Amino acid sequence: MAHKFQQYVKGRFPRTGSTLIFLTVAIAIIAAIMLGLSTYWRNSPSLKDIPTRVSDEPPVLREKFSVNIRKPESGPKVHTGLVDSQGKPVTVACQTCHSTRKPNSENKIVDDLNEFHVGLKFSHGNLSCLSCHNDEDYDSLKLADQSRVEYTEVMTLCSQCHGTQRRDFDHGAHGGMNGYWDLSRGPRTRNNCVDCHDPHVPKFPHMQPTFKPRDRFLTPSDHSTTSQSNSGHSDAR
Amino acid sequence: MRDNEPETTKSSKSSTPLPVLDSGSTRRTALKGAAVALGLAAFGKAVWPLISIPENVSLDEFLQQHYKELSPEDKQKVFARLAAETQETYGAQVTISDAPAIPGVKFAYAINLSKCNGNGKCMEACNLENNHHRGVDQSYIRVLEMTKGSFDMEKGNTTFNHTVPQEDKYYMPVQCQQCDNPPCVTVCPVEATWKEDDGIIVVDYNWCIGCRYCEAACPYHARRFNWEQPEITAEEINPDQGYLSNRMRPAGTMEKCHFCLHRTRAGRLPACLEACPTGARVFGDLNDPNSDINWILQNKRVFVLKEELGTKPSFFYFFDS
Repeated sequence: MAHKFQQYVKGRFPRTGSTLIFLTVAIAIIAAIMLGLSTYWRNSPSLKDIPTRVSDEPPVLREKFSVNIRKPESGPKVHTGLVDSQGKPVTVACQTCHSTRKPNSENKIVDDLNEFHVGLKFSHGNLSCLSCHNDEDYDSLKLADQSRVEYTEVMTLCSQCHGTQRRDFDHGAHGGMNGYWDLSRGPRTRNNCVDCHDPHVPKFPHMQPTFKPRDRFLTPSDHSTTSQSNSGHSDAR
Repeated sequence: MRDNEPETTKSSKSSTPLPVLDSGSTRRTALKGAAVALGLAAFGKAVWPLISIPENVSLDEFLQQHYKELSPEDKQKVFARLAAETQETYGAQVTISDAPAIPGVKFAYAINLSKCNGNGKCMEACNLENNHHRGVDQSYIRVLEMTKGSFDMEKGNTTFNHTVPQEDKYYMPVQCQQCDNPPCVTVCPVEATWKEDDGIIVVDYNWCIGCRYCEAACPYHARRFNWEQPEITAEEINPDQGYLSNRMRPAGTMEKCHFCLHRTRAGRLPACLEACPTGARVFGDLNDPNSDINWILQNKRVFVLKEELGTKPSFFYFFDS
């Protein structure tokens, strides 16, 4: 029987047994791959349709926009101690009086002042009025070397003493900002010194928190009490 | 018997009459042939259904592959459906986008603890920007009142309600630290939360099953759970929404700080930073050597929270001087 079968196989496929197996397997593999590919192409989107999460926007020029440091409104003003009909404090420009009236250089501290300056709060080291105010032109300010500096350039004045703050400001580590972190996409606006600090009382004021999430940490953080477990579910927000 | 094998091959090539073949060799060849034939038959039987797929059934459908990547058109359909749902539920017209990470950008955040005074404006800004549940004044940020001399955030107090800052306290806002080794991502059983290329860890609110494993895993208590459908009036809804950020979330899903990615991926600063009246917050691109954040990392005394856990936060705290 075995002999006959061999003859039969040899007759149909005049090859040796091992070649036959190899050929058959190879044909089967190729057929399987072709079948698989054709079915895949029939039913699936082509490769270029597969979305990627990489932005296809063209690379934009770096630093296209600028950083704008806000400038104080023109001219220093002093509070009159009065309020208008809407309850806003009335201020008056220094120049209103001091264009004609010489300042009294004997006045070193707030308590010495009278008339308009009464009630002015001052707590800024040992500075006196004319350390910063320019008695030649009250619309401007005065640097330590007596040279004039525009009121809008108040940061130059502050930076004379507050060098570390200025350094931090220049590197974005001091002072609030708005707008864009990425200057290739939009501009940034930065506060100047007197946006946040009253130059007469520069210490940042105390504040009252107004917003509190009703949070799971709302219960006092005393972990030794057992009442924590009672409030378990409802406060675990 | 085996010695004859080469001769067999030789003799067949020379077309001489075959000698008496060894029965062992013949049986082996025959068995191999039979096995191949059987294998082919089985293979044919196995792939036959593929050939006979009806025309109106896709291969994915046929193989029951329900988890496939959405095409851009599919996504737009999803966004339109979600916007319509927001219109129906909240009565607000919103646009939902899906801004991708900016190539080459790695976001980082730093907070100046010498400046932060605990006023909480950041928490409020987060609440407004991210369409949080107004009923519980939800926010991704918690401002902790800390005793000077301690860095243990677990001892921080969020319940203070007095003027700030207090003399013996400092204030530490804590939100998602966007860890480079995020435990919250590892524990998610359904991969509903992951880290994107710009470092932001996001949540797919429609994929999340609400098991809260991530909330338990986060050492910074940065994750929030929506116990209820967020309540918010139409006027207060921020219409600039991102699929992975501030769109309306369903009840029963987790959420967390995403660095306002609908803003920051458009180049804008996060809402909490803009709201900070003390200028304590710094945000930027870690990959830009000239960025503010890099200057701080190089020139300030910087630390990260719970460094010993190896979470590798992208969120830094520093002090002046």
